[in-house]
Amino acid sequence: MKFTLSWLKSHLDTTATLGQIEIGLTAIGLEVEGIIDPSKHLGGFVVGHVLEAEKHPNADKLRLCKVESGSGILQVVCGAPNARAGLKVILAQPGTFIPHNGEVLKKGNVRGVESQGMMCSWRELGIGEDHDGIAELDADAKVGASLLDIMSFDPMIEISVTPNRVDCLGVRGVARDLAAFGLGTLKPLLVEPVPGSFKSPIGVRLDFTPETQAACPLFAGRMIRGVTNGESPQWLKDRLTAIGLRPISALVDITNFFTYDLCRPLHVFDAAKVTGDIRARLAMSGETLVALNGKTYELDESMTVIADEAGPEALAGIMGGEHSGCTEATTDVFLEAAYFDPIRTAATGRRLEILSDARFRFERGVDPAFVVPSMELATRMILDLCGGEASEPVIAGTEPDWQKSIVLRPGRVAELGGVEVPLARMEAILNDLGCAVAEHADGLLVNPPSWRGDITAEHDLVEEVIRINGYDNIPSLPLPRPPMPKPVLTPGQRRAAWVRRQLASRGLVETVTWSFLPEAQAKLFGGGAPEMHLANPISSDLDVMRPSVLPNLVTASGRNADRGMKDLGLFEIGPQFDGPEPGQQRQVAAGIRAGRARGRHWAEPARAVDAFDAKADAMAAIAAAGGNPDSFQVGTEAPGWYHPGRSGSLKLGNKPVAFFGELHPGVLNSLDVKGPVVGFELFLEALPPTKAKATKAKPLLKASAFQPLDRDFAFILDASVAADAVVRAAKGADKALVAEVAVFDLYEGDKVAAGKKSLAITVTLQPTEKTLTDEEIEAVGAKIVAAVAKATGGELRG
Amino acid sequence: MQDLDQLRAQALASVAAATSLDQLDAARVAALGKKGTVTGLMKSLGGMGPDERKAAGAALNAARDEIEAAITAAKTVLEAKALDERLARERIDVTLSSRPEASGRIHPISQTIEEITAIFAQMGFTVAEGPDIEDDFHNFSALNIPPEHPARQMHDTFYFGERPEGGRHLLRTHTSPVQIRTMLSEKPPIRVLVPGRTYRCDSDMTHTPMFHQVEGLVIDETTHMGHLKGCLIEFVRAFFEVDDVPVRFRPSFFPFTEPSAEVDIGCSREGGELKIGPGAGWLEILGCGMVHPNVLRNCGIDPDRYQGFAFGMGVERVAMLKYGIPDLRTFFDSDLRWLRHYGFSALDVPTLSGGLTR
Repeated sequence: MKFTLSWLKSHLDTTATLGQIEIGLTAIGLEVEGIIDPSKHLGGFVVGHVLEAEKHPNADKLRLCKVESGSGILQVVCGAPNARAGLKVILAQPGTFIPHNGEVLKKGNVRGVESQGMMCSWRELGIGEDHDGIAELDADAKVGASLLDIMSFDPMIEISVTPNRVDCLGVRGVARDLAAFGLGTLKPLLVEPVPGSFKSPIGVRLDFTPETQAACPLFAGRMIRGVTNGESPQWLKDRLTAIGLRPISALVDITNFFTYDLCRPLHVFDAAKVTGDIRARLAMSGETLVALNGKTYELDESMTVIADEAGPEALAGIMGGEHSGCTEATTDVFLEAAYFDPIRTAATGRRLEILSDARFRFERGVDPAFVVPSMELATRMILDLCGGEASEPVIAGTEPDWQKSIVLRPGRVAELGGVEVPLARMEAILNDLGCAVAEHADGLLVNPPSWRGDITAEHDLVEEVIRINGYDNIPSLPLPRPPMPKPVLTPGQRRAAWVRRQLASRGLVETVTWSFLPEAQAKLFGGGAPEMHLANPISSDLDVMRPSVLPNLVTASGRNADRGMKDLGLFEIGPQFDGPEPGQQRQVAAGIRAGRARGRHWAEPARAVDAFDAKADAMAAIAAAGGNPDSFQVGTEAPGWYHPGRSGSLKLGNKPVAFFGELHPGVLNSLDVKGPVVGFELFLEALPPTKAKATKAKPLLKASAFQPLDRDFAFILDASVAADAVVRAAKGADKALVAEVAVFDLYEGDKVAAGKKSLAITVTLQPTEKTLTDEEIEAVGAKIVAAVAKATGGELRG
Repeated sequence: MQDLDQLRAQALASVAAATSLDQLDAARVAALGKKGTVTGLMKSLGGMGPDERKAAGAALNAARDEIEAAITAAKTVLEAKALDERLARERIDVTLSSRPEASGRIHPISQTIEEITAIFAQMGFTVAEGPDIEDDFHNFSALNIPPEHPARQMHDTFYFGERPEGGRHLLRTHTSPVQIRTMLSEKPPIRVLVPGRTYRCDSDMTHTPMFHQVEGLVIDETTHMGHLKGCLIEFVRAFFEVDDVPVRFRPSFFPFTEPSAEVDIGCSREGGELKIGPGAGWLEILGCGMVHPNVLRNCGIDPDRYQGFAFGMGVERVAMLKYGIPDLRTFFDSDLRWLRHYGFSALDVPTLSGGLTR
């Protein structure tokens, strides 16, 4: 919402400075978004007097002028056609900042003649676009006086108006709030009905059923005939120009002025183009309207139109039609002031995608009691600016019911608002805002004004009181808090935090990526179902909810590789979406590693990432989350976006809790990312819940006094035997003695038979009661060999 | 026994002459070995009479001890020399790089949420979460935003397709639906903090289609605007770690609070550098207000008995202000250079006892 200071002062009698008004507006919730004060840069300009204006010796179109500056005579070269002797001009001397080009004026040399200053046009001062010539000041302007002393420049103020304050979408509403705040008094608005001298030849009907009559409960209009629709007077054009509106013609400018001045959108029809009576009704399916913006709109039964016998002439409360719009040729005009249903107006505007000043106000609810008065005020203004004579008013329908009575218990201001405000002050504030206030057994009986549809209950009144009283005057109190704060995170939240820091400490870099991705990528990861599509995506690249966190990480690694960072690890903890209902999402910790696990280094050979890097990440994340990685079964099944032979799952029972492995080369290819890329997905909620324990005491340490010893075994096995089967068999061979089993060698090649492999394990034996004898060690060894043979068919390598 | 003196002198000379442990050992063998000269004389003792043997034996033992002592002394010297030589050979170039270790980072969004949580935890707020995909009730109508309400235009909402049973689900436009879920499942007094992803159909210099919010909700019988101010002023000063940062409350409008306010913090822009603290400028950082009675009613809480406040802030926004991150869109680029530069070490766990930020 924009307005100028002088416009504001046409409603507000105030001595407040621009600075005070700026602070006041923000303090009462009308946040100042910007102020353009043209005088800010005009302090250096003075009134000059052109003493002589001769032709430039070397140029036909330039003049060489002698200009009295008040402190000496300057020689100025000027190209303006209106530069002439005797003229009072705006003079800039060297050193003056010129707003239009943002430069400081310097002495110049124009075609061999020195120019010691510049006579300015309004445009050069940054005011308007008028560049027909240099600005001409009044003949009695005092030579040498500062421009600011002889003229006033109107600052433009832009405020942001919250959706509840439709009344402040008119300058008068802003003035009323400022007056209540104490920055002046609101000037009275006198509405004097204009007597009609003839009966309007155009009648008005409201064609609705009882169910739909709320669409337009009240319509006031009248004919004004014999008008001259010329240019608006300068003051009106200035105001509209200042807020960025283009003056068009007096009739149109008047409707725009009412929109911004009194928050009262009006419409004017060229009466000559209206056929029969005007009626407000719902549109019929198939009807179309060419609106004032030149576009054609298809209408339906949900939209209110203003029509005549020929069909729709305007979209009610949104935009007029081109056919019956006023032009310079208009002599008879039909003025419309009506009340349109906010919800229907909003829905229509949204469906037709029309943003207009009228819609913006009607959908927020204009003053329902101001329909007829605004029609009278507008009639007066049309008569004043365009001449003509007014018909008797034509009024259809009745004012919608808006009266409310609310009881304000004064104690509620302190209870809810936290500030003590004297009763008399409450009363004064509410009065100044336009409320009728009376005494009531419980406090005050308040009738809010017709323009404040947002005030509906006691808490609204509390807000009005503390808002105008000033939020700064509310004493701030610390929130009473627990004497000893308890831990506040849920077990799941703590788990996610541990996993996050664990993964970062393993060298993975945390990132945050969109929850949506392109459909093609979703499909690669098992997603992309129709119900997972956004109806209105920001772009076709972000149109489906992600079925996995991995694709975003993989494409991110590709983007980083393109920037030269090919070796990297990324992770994200966030949602993946399994279905379209609230809650059909899982929290996933997912990570990838790409390129080389180890770069080239003098001490060690480089190594590409492999599935075991991802497995290690997944296991570490599980351990960080409080799980015991040893209790997980390693399965070979993994979703299709992994390499089928180089991936697996970590399962509890039969339930996969994590997947890991190399990403499928075909998937990488489709994502346009070079491999290898390995990754994992850990479903945090699938981990068993951590059990609340009665005490935090750890189980007693059982450390053996006897030295552990290692024994190595190599087995020849079928190539298909899983290493894990050997390890488990060895571990199970003597649970009391075997403390640990680790694979330390794997050989597949010429030295074993085809289809076979050699796997070597080292077994750690931990005696607990006595040192083992050679025979006992021998016996355990035999048990291990037998157990492995039984479980896997493996034989001890000779 | 002239022989002995000669042999002894000879043996001592070859011990002294040895320049390596091998030569020393050869000298030892030559004198004291099984076939050594001194050993040879020892063997001859057997053929002597008792008296003669006693005298010769004593002389021989003395000579042997002397030679052994000389050998031990020489050995110590030669061993030290050999060790010195070996160490000299083993010299490495310590300026070579050590084996590389990867170091990860924590994203500023996670870090900031942990910081905010640490502060509000002190005030007794627990942390609640809710779904990203929401229904109209929780995201809008329960929050006093009926259909066609102009406030819905403040939220550029992402919708899903029409559902078979009618209506459309949406991506939550704010974390406020979790207020509703909390109030529907818990009884007052309530103090919760809700961090999470939020979505708006908007993308330009200062907007991304996804961002993060932290929502706060306090419901009890006595909390009023003064507590709201106190709570948020304390938060702002603790979070930015600037004790004298000015905080301003401006009246505003949100459908789910009344009275409503926006909160600005003071800043200065001297020399083109933005600094949080006393200064001529203001920066908007969050919206808040007293929970609207309709919202309480929609959650089955009696507004005549209970009241309280709610607030919501953009996580990226406060992170940008605190850490001087210039561009919102870079938060979601996954650019390794950015993540390493603006990210945090895994060890930097924010606590109020140790300080939020290093």
